Amino acid sequence: MTRITTRILALVLLAVFVVPLSAPPPTTAQGAPIKIGFLAPMSGAFAQVGKDMLNGTELYLDEIGRQAAGRKIELIVEDDEGTPAAALTKSRKLVEQDKVHLLTGGQLANVGYALQPFIDGNGIPATYPVIAADDITQRKPAKWIVRTGWSTSQPMHPFAEWTIKNTKYRKVAAVAMDYAFGYETIGGFQHVFEEQGGQIVQKIWVPLNTNDFAPFVAQIRRDADAVLVLFTGRLALQFVKQYQEAGLQGKLPILSGGTTTDESVLPQMGDEALGVISALHYSQALDLPANQKFSKAFEAKAGKISSYYSEATYTNMRWIVEAIKAVSGKVEDRAGLLAALRKVDIKDTARGPISIDAYGNPIQNIYVRKVERVGGRLQNTVIATIPNVSQFWTYKPEDYLKRPLYTRDYPPCKHCQ
Amino acid sequence: MRAEFWITQTFNGLSYGALLFLLASGLSLIFGVMRIVNLAHGSYFLLGGYIGLSVIWRTGSFPLALLGGAAAVALIGIGMERLFLRRLANQTLGQVLMTIGFALIFQDLALLIWGGDPYSLPLPAALSGVLTVGELRFPRYRLFILALAALIGAALWLALDRTRVGAMIRAAVDDAEMAQGVGIRVPTVSMGVFALGAFLAALGGVIGGGFLGVYPSLDFEILPYAFVVVIVGGLGSLPGAMVGSVLVGLLDNFGKALFPELAYFTLFAPMALILALRPTGLFGRT
Amino acid sequence: MIPRRVLAGLGAAALAGLVAPALSAYPLTLLTQAAIIAILAMSLDVLLGYTGLPSLGHAAYFGIAAYAVGILTTEYQCAFLTCLVSGVALAALTAAVFGLLAIRASGTYFLMITLALGMVVWGLAFRWVSMTKGDNGIAGVPRPELGLPWSLSAPLPFFYFALAAAVAAWAVLGLLVRSPFGMGLQGIRESESRMRALGYNVWLHKYLAFVIAGAFAGFAGVFWAYYNGFVSPADVQLVTSVETLLMVALGGPGTLAGPALGATIIVFLKNFVSVYTKRWLLILGAVYIGVILFAPRGVLGALRRRST
Repeated sequence: MTRITTRILALVLLAVFVVPLSAPPPTTAQGAPIKIGFLAPMSGAFAQVGKDMLNGTELYLDEIGRQAAGRKIELIVEDDEGTPAAALTKSRKLVEQDKVHLLTGGQLANVGYALQPFIDGNGIPATYPVIAADDITQRKPAKWIVRTGWSTSQPMHPFAEWTIKNTKYRKVAAVAMDYAFGYETIGGFQHVFEEQGGQIVQKIWVPLNTNDFAPFVAQIRRDADAVLVLFTGRLALQFVKQYQEAGLQGKLPILSGGTTTDESVLPQMGDEALGVISALHYSQALDLPANQKFSKAFEAKAGKISSYYSEATYTNMRWIVEAIKAVSGKVEDRAGLLAALRKVDIKDTARGPISIDAYGNPIQNIYVRKVERVGGRLQNTVIATIPNVSQFWTYKPEDYLKRPLYTRDYPPCKHCQ
Repeated sequence: MRAEFWITQTFNGLSYGALLFLLASGLSLIFGVMRIVNLAHGSYFLLGGYIGLSVIWRTGSFPLALLGGAAAVALIGIGMERLFLRRLANQTLGQVLMTIGFALIFQDLALLIWGGDPYSLPLPAALSGVLTVGELRFPRYRLFILALAALIGAALWLALDRTRVGAMIRAAVDDAEMAQGVGIRVPTVSMGVFALGAFLAALGGVIGGGFLGVYPSLDFEILPYAFVVVIVGGLGSLPGAMVGSVLVGLLDNFGKALFPELAYFTLFAPMALILALRPTGLFGRT
Repeated sequence: MIPRRVLAGLGAAALAGLVAPALSAYPLTLLTQAAIIAILAMSLDVLLGYTGLPSLGHAAYFGIAAYAVGILTTEYQCAFLTCLVSGVALAALTAAVFGLLAIRASGTYFLMITLALGMVVWGLAFRWVSMTKGDNGIAGVPRPELGLPWSLSAPLPFFYFALAAAVAAWAVLGLLVRSPFGMGLQGIRESESRMRALGYNVWLHKYLAFVIAGAFAGFAGVFWAYYNGFVSPADVQLVTSVETLLMVALGGPGTLAGPALGATIIVFLKNFVSVYTKRWLLILGAVYIGVILFAPRGVLGALRRRST
């Protein structure tokens, strides 16, 4: 290696070490900008989700001119790489170095759980717009975290009741991704469905790195009335396609958790998705003025239709700004900001009205949607609206929390063979 | 009912194995001649799929997508071999490590160019739909994959066995020094085989695009499958890649269907078995 | 007469120790991470740099120890020493079992088999939900209580804790690679057949190297669990194994200090570069290829060659 190369290498090494070590001094004076730390996967397998989340956030901020209560808002974006360790590292940077007044974002359940002790330990107000892991606002609620999105089983309880009341399906086979998001989706549905006379007759768990679904589709009991599924991302895309190839589309109707037909994957699907019925707290086809405005603006900005990820962060930002306004911009008073976040009540968000329950989770509408082709493109047409749904459905929180968390084996599959 | 299950699963396992053959045969051949494991092989699969997607979006032609994706990645392979790997001739460990670096670059480039959304390759009408034989359903696309892989396998075998070029390749695989000694231009053969391996992997990627889809992280997700096939079949052997891919496809499929609780591990059972019995694989050479 | 490299290594550690109190929270956190990951990289160096066995599944032992700590502290409230010994023992045991399978193969097969074995552990982390809580991960791992006057919950004491662990690991591994056993490993790296001809039990040497490397990876994993307070399947994923391999190659295989340096570089590079661009993976790959091409003995190797 030549002298010059050595010198360049030495300089690079020096820069790599010195620059992060020489952090600029933080400013905390009033009148200084409000700093919001934003965490999302910006690289790796979930980079697109992170991008959607960021676009939703920035859309709202741009709409209000990046300021609230007379102060500028500064958004500091960090890549959590989709792993808890990186999320923790970047959170430390945001909170301890950048001195943000509020932390928001995150996508994966394990990131959500990993950040809880850090957020509570540092006493920093935080919101989770996308992380849906049930327990975060149930058995182990964090003091400083407000969920502005949803909890996994929240749409599935009313969906199960809707299924009993509006269809003849009473024996349902379940096929879902083999992780907590899948367990909580199926569990939530099963809980209410079996209480009202239905039966889950099979549970098939699909590993996350599956690419050929044929062995799983082949196991589905053909004597069921319908199939309940939960997939996200590329797994949703492939499963629905391979389901059609196996000849089951039309013969065995699909009910699903909302992410399976979320607008982040729906445009890449074809006719195989028609007729899939799902439940979520949002649909891009929702006929509310606030949604139409948001949807159009989002498409113009991002060049693709708004998925639930983008609406989640858009509304999340609006929520945060409402709280900032409620404390007249005094975000340095962390306890005050947290209290304001817990009192936000907006009637006209893009997904409808939201308020918040005592555990820090939204109470909102749940929409039952059906995939249809309208105007040449696929959409989640809303076919039913169930208003005022909390994470506990119609149960009293104390009673609900006496039961265990939905897991792979709970509720037990009594009717499975 | 039972017969239908066995037939369907065998068919599924074979068609999945066919896809794996395209991916793994290239890996095996590259090792045979150059003695390196190309850890960017999954990336070739991925890039093939993405480039095939772009071609079919632009031209609507499936055959063009197949050729375009495979050829483009073959060129990338040539570039990688000529400009980078060749500089580390005979440093097999360094070459292997370098392919990792490329894998990272390709992954990020793919994300940059095509974004992070998952896609499915749109299939021509002739290959969509299902062939029904009584109670049995055979998706046409899977039949196509089987047929194409069989054809390519046969072509490769004949080429290696009957042609002069094939003989040169076999000589280089057997003993590179001797081959060089009798006048075979081993570096050129290496480059050619590397390009062929990349071509096959990318072809697999385009074809896989209509079946597994194309999405970020596909490269590292499919790589263990390629590895298990060559571990079972043996590195450097074309018959090994054929037998290995069929075995892995069938065992994985039946394993998941019959023992769903062990779904995460069905891929590794055949591998562990082979290692216990024949560490260099069924047809392998060290 | 203390060898120069020992002085250099101790000097670097002392420098880090002296600078630490002056650092703000974020750089300190990165330095702590670097110390822990340095142990992981050094453990892989024993296998890759000294014995010539490239493993693509090293994160498995790292993760298993981390999970052991996670489960023992949250379910059984185990003390530090118990957790440490259990974690390292479990990692070593896993390496002992996997080694029987992996050492049967050599070279390229070894690489692929270790990758596959690493994936098996990843699958277990996901699937064995009752033990590992699956992809939700295990939260709430408390910092160790050592009865010291400074609480390890604070970043600066924990940094010194991790630094001490790194120096200890470096010292022990340093003694190991310079022992007759270590010399045997290097001989095997150069030429297995020659060593066999000289009467060495090559299989035993390789196997022991595998187990020792696994044990020290476990040692790193224990500290990683305490540092993050959280364990998840991400800690055993393929990317982690690949990155560790990169650290060894970048820093300089077969030098111990090299991989420690490589680990530090990569930890800082990842976090520094990702602040300014989303393309840090691409930059990492390019840096890596550049180093392999122009400094094949790694950064340390290149610096050493300059000084001779």
